Amino acid sequence: MRLIMVGHPNVGKSALFNRLTGARVVVSNYPGTTVEFTRGVMRLVGRRVEVLDFPGTYSLDSSCKAEEVVLAGLEEMAPDDVLLNVVDSTNLERNLGLTLQLLSLRRPMLVALNFWDEAQHTGVSIDAPALEQRLGVPCVPVVAVAGLGIRTLVERIRESRPSTYLLNGRCRWEAVGEIVREVQTLRHRHHTWRERLGDASLQPFTGAAIAVVVLGGSMAVVHWVGEGLIEGVCEPLFVRMWTPAVLWLSTHWGNEGWLHDVLIGTLTGGEINYGESFGLLTTGLYVPLAVILPYVFAFYSVLAVLEDSGYLPRLAVLADRLMHTVGLHGMGVIPMLLGMGCNVPGALSCRIMESERERFIASALLAIGVPCMAQTAMIVGLAGRYPLALPIIFGSLVIIWFALGLLMNRFLPGESPEILVDVPPYRRPRVRSLAKKVGMHLTWYLREAVPFVLLGVLLANLLYHLGVIAFAGRLAAPVVGGVLGLPAESVGGLLIGLLRKDLAVGMLAPLDLPFRQTVVACVVLVLYFPCVATLPVLLKELGSRQMLLAAAIMIGTALAAGGILNLALWATVG
Amino acid sequence: MKPAHFLGLGNLPLGTRAKVSGVAGGHGVVRRLEAMGIRPGVIVEKISGQPFGGPVVVQVGRARVAVGFGMAQKVMVEPMIAEEPA
Ligand SMILES: Nc1nc2c(ncn2[C@@H]2O[C@H](COP(=O)(O)OP(=O)(O)O)[C@@H](O)[C@H]2O)c(=O)[nH]1
Ligand SMILES: [Mg+2]
Repeated sequence: MRLIMVGHPNVGKSALFNRLTGARVVVSNYPGTTVEFTRGVMRLVGRRVEVLDFPGTYSLDSSCKAEEVVLAGLEEMAPDDVLLNVVDSTNLERNLGLTLQLLSLRRPMLVALNFWDEAQHTGVSIDAPALEQRLGVPCVPVVAVAGLGIRTLVERIRESRPSTYLLNGRCRWEAVGEIVREVQTLRHRHHTWRERLGDASLQPFTGAAIAVVVLGGSMAVVHWVGEGLIEGVCEPLFVRMWTPAVLWLSTHWGNEGWLHDVLIGTLTGGEINYGESFGLLTTGLYVPLAVILPYVFAFYSVLAVLEDSGYLPRLAVLADRLMHTVGLHGMGVIPMLLGMGCNVPGALSCRIMESERERFIASALLAIGVPCMAQTAMIVGLAGRYPLALPIIFGSLVIIWFALGLLMNRFLPGESPEILVDVPPYRRPRVRSLAKKVGMHLTWYLREAVPFVLLGVLLANLLYHLGVIAFAGRLAAPVVGGVLGLPAESVGGLLIGLLRKDLAVGMLAPLDLPFRQTVVACVVLVLYFPCVATLPVLLKELGSRQMLLAAAIMIGTALAAGGILNLALWATVG
Repeated sequence: MKPAHFLGLGNLPLGTRAKVSGVAGGHGVVRRLEAMGIRPGVIVEKISGQPFGGPVVVQVGRARVAVGFGMAQKVMVEPMIAEEPA
């Protein structure tokens, strides 16, 4: 037996799944969080039962990818599998459309009436026993996030049965209307401040003002927390605790030898320069743990609040018109925002876009023009010493992003579909959910990214010692020097950037590049190619043919934009 | 009573309630709107409209749904205005 969870998007299926299985699946307050099956296991009277969380679907009509996935999944059901239909009690009428479709499959089924708390607060009361009698399957009120009603739900799984409900010639919505009239009473009540704020953030003017405050505030908080952690915690820790140990080791090895070079790198005047020494134990640890980690932490904390509060769909509505100019609809802001943390989850979330064309445009824009937080942190660290560099770098990226989007929208065949999305109410983010999300991202970063940084440092040392970097530098000099105006040494960074872009930015530090070269190098490093973690995801999502096209666009854009920027800066600043 | 007049959801004045009378679109659009609760006979209230042909947000039941302008114009509605005496 398996338990198969089906329901509309954003009805709390993931939250319930976590309650049932004790798993740690992310929940977010916007439709489209889960676009794949999630599997877990729960205990049911001593038996292990597999639980499947299907992607959210509004109906069984197969009008979009998620719905097709669900349909295919339902067709593969075994006779003893049980359907668990998760319903948003605050929107009973709309949800019952899917419920009746599921009932007509004549499978063992039960209904979880989730959001029971919110229904009560908003004056919606549902007579669950009456509904149960009408539908002919168990209907259990639950509050997934608080864990209320879960035990009853689990106990009643064995009462699940195929319904005998008949439409009797009525159309589905007629039947739904009839049921709702019978089991639901609405109490009129005044709008709460949360609802007022929710609607204000959808209006053209107040909405734009709120967006500026929210996005500007988010950036300020990320920067403030990131820098604060670096200066107040990470750097002092390294200098006080780690430096003496490394220096002791260095003296122990007599300040030389290949092991010394690889592990500690070059010391300047007997001192460690964590940005430039380039040993595994110095730069290799300092960059990922003391420069990037604080920013990753800050970014994901802020993003988690935005996700859980329900602000993102509102931002999507406000940005919709603008996003159409680049061939996406408003929900395209979500992959871009996620991509600012790391391009990998960004690329995965491109699936919330309906058409292949949109998914291509979103993936390409993301991979080309959106630097991940690791890279951003390094750019801030490297270029921050020139007052104008950061606005020029990030300003150029915004312009390139738009220009590229306009071009793709103009020349790719087809049209982008229109937005049609549920705007959930504002909800108070729960600390547990926030902590879980941030924890998951940090674990991912430490497990998946840090080893690559270390590998990158090792590889950079190796390539440097073998003379590969000097050789490639001479080879690429006409393009890198001629077009981009960068020194041959920067080719090392471009090579390592295929592995980790943050590290590539770090490799520019010892070169001590002047203003113009710093700006051009940072911009080109963002644009020219996805990193080794993002590439396979893009390849899987886009297929090899589209990936090739995307890669060509990337390299072309990097050269063109880098060249133009180089000329423009040379002409204006010198 | 004045004869009923129909207009596209996009042209519905802000804050007005209206009854959906039909969706002038293909099967796919009808189904997708229906799934979000927008179907003939349902009462909607316009919550916001973005300028320059941006999306329209309506309240349907207790939910708020954002609909692209083009799609919104396919939804024909009959405004429920308190009629002024003739
Ligand atoms: N108040 C309340 N919020 C809930 C409940 N269940 C889920 N949520 C919130 O609703 C949002 C959507 O939940 P999620 O599990 O991601 O929905 P899914 O898209 O169906 O998987 C999240 O912000 C949850 O914290 C509930 O019973 N009560
Ligand atoms: Mg989910």
